[in-house]
Amino acid sequence: MSTQPIQPAVRHGEPLLAVRDLRVTFGRRGEEPFRAVDGVSFDVRPGQTVGLVGESGCGKSVTSLAIMGLLPTRGNTVEGTAVFDGEDLLSLSAQQMRDRRGADIAMIFQDPLSSLNPVIQIGRQVTEVMERHQGLSRKEAMPKAAELLERVGIPDPRARLANYPHQLSGGMRQRALIAMALACQPRLLIADEPTTALDVTIQAQILALLKDLVVETGTAMVMITHDLGVVAGLCDEVNVLYGGKIVERGTRHGLFARPRHPYTVGLLDSIPRLDAPRGEALSPIPGSVADNLPWDSACAFAPRCSNALDVCVEKTPAWEGDDVVGLRCFNPMGVSR
Amino acid sequence: MSDQSPQQTPARTSYADRRKQRLDALARASADEEGGVSLIVSAWRRLRRNPVFLVGLAITITFVVLAVIAPWLAPYDPAARPLLDDIRPQTNPVPGPEPGHPLGGDDKGRDLLSRLLVGSQQTLMVGVLATLFGLLGGVTLGTVAGAFAGWVDSLVMRVVDVMLSIPSLLLAFTIAALASRPSQWTLIIAIATVQVPIFARLLRGSMLGQRASDHVLAARSLGVKPHAIVFRHMLPNALGPVIVQATLVLAVAIIDAAALSFLGLGNPDDRRPEWGQMLGAAQPYLGQEPHLAFYPAACIIVVALGFTLMGESLREALDPKTRR
Repeated sequence: MSTQPIQPAVRHGEPLLAVRDLRVTFGRRGEEPFRAVDGVSFDVRPGQTVGLVGESGCGKSVTSLAIMGLLPTRGNTVEGTAVFDGEDLLSLSAQQMRDRRGADIAMIFQDPLSSLNPVIQIGRQVTEVMERHQGLSRKEAMPKAAELLERVGIPDPRARLANYPHQLSGGMRQRALIAMALACQPRLLIADEPTTALDVTIQAQILALLKDLVVETGTAMVMITHDLGVVAGLCDEVNVLYGGKIVERGTRHGLFARPRHPYTVGLLDSIPRLDAPRGEALSPIPGSVADNLPWDSACAFAPRCSNALDVCVEKTPAWEGDDVVGLRCFNPMGVSR
Repeated sequence: MSDQSPQQTPARTSYADRRKQRLDALARASADEEGGVSLIVSAWRRLRRNPVFLVGLAITITFVVLAVIAPWLAPYDPAARPLLDDIRPQTNPVPGPEPGHPLGGDDKGRDLLSRLLVGSQQTLMVGVLATLFGLLGGVTLGTVAGAFAGWVDSLVMRVVDVMLSIPSLLLAFTIAALASRPSQWTLIIAIATVQVPIFARLLRGSMLGQRASDHVLAARSLGVKPHAIVFRHMLPNALGPVIVQATLVLAVAIIDAAALSFLGLGNPDDRRPEWGQMLGAAQPYLGQEPHLAFYPAACIIVVALGFTLMGESLREALDPKTRR
């Protein structure tokens, strides 16, 4: 499988996935609607890894579920467009979207144990995708499944095919999930915090594996994470989300070298550093997302911001930038930190 | 492993040694866990050592075997009346024990032991079939409600709620009494109907839990079709509590069946004995000949106990919270 030539269907440089003004609103009758994603736009080009970074509740997972068409239809409104290979995913029918999922776009989830069906053997779970999208019989798909498991670094893959999820370690389970997601060679992989439930050494292995696979197959990847360390190791481009809006965008090097939005700076400052003096306390961002102001008439981050001005609570900061670098802030941090 | 490592003074083992021992112990513990095939196998491992389960299993197996071989085991035809000549309506209405008839006879001169043995067939059959039909109906309704959600779910669940609001035995009486000709089939249908809403509600709840689970989301993210999601990913994971409930319902169904036939709503033909019906027939003699009621009652209680013990320990074994 790895010997197959990579044939990018889209010319390099043209976006494979173009998300424009994505808005997701939760709300049931009689309740105040809540806007979880508020006008998010970003591009993913073939072979590129794009990070969506932010703390819990900033809308990064909802963004990915909306693109995949996996949000419950009841009580949710999804607006905007997500053009994948010339087709708006958000306007496809449920049936058409099912045919895309797993074949063209796949997803890896956070918790590898609960994301596997506990009563079905690993082999069947991997072959199920191939049976569904490639029309293979289980017998034909089994050797391919073993190959896939081997490729994602599972030792003794033939024996593992007959195992149940609870018999594998956490890292092995995540590898199995990656194998399932890659079974039909999707062109876009959405990884929703794929290393959060794993311990640090396994995290490093899984990230290295994802990196290898992305390079090897030319798959584009959207990496959703709250961990800037993951971003630093993997992503070509980073989008920082806050309160459902992208507040800063940059290339990996640009963003880490010169973070401009106070929130990005706060995220970077709250990472424990090995070279920091002993006993020095971490500097967390004060407050929580519960303090957010509505974006309609202010900057949502203003109440927690160390750099806030009067204008920050009076007007919505506009997006200044393009699809590679950009910022949404009235008073960005100085050029060098 | 650790036994072979050179022992130093027992009070002062080095840090490295203690660490090694701990690691060995951990390795042994995990080796015990390994080789398991599935959740069912690991549940069976726990059950195998559980005395409560073993007692329940022994009782159940005993009665099932007795019921199966009853026609060959019973010394007399349950409809024959070999003790008819011993009955004296005034002085001795019920023949007592005598050689060849260890439990004596009933008020019509039939051998009591034979009737008890053959009666187990009817009682167990009614219990098992009623549970099976109840399970079938409940699983169908619960799957429909849990799979479609939305208004289908609301509709099915309102019907189920209405059924649940009627006391179960009363509902069973009503259904059994509606039949123009009572038989063991009206019994089975009546008792099964009462169980349907319980199974349906239970399954619907765990189906909805599965619907929201990560692995169903993961399966959907791979484009798996809705019917495969329901039947491969949701239903098998949701069935656990329903299976456990079924074991417990077996006991209830047997007791309910006995209660209905005691009241004459079961099979009226007393040439085919059934424990509840025997209990009903013993009613006029309760004062003088309590053993006539005691034997069938004891059988009902012990069988129901067997199923209950089995069901309870199965529930414990499958419940992740009680797992050690």
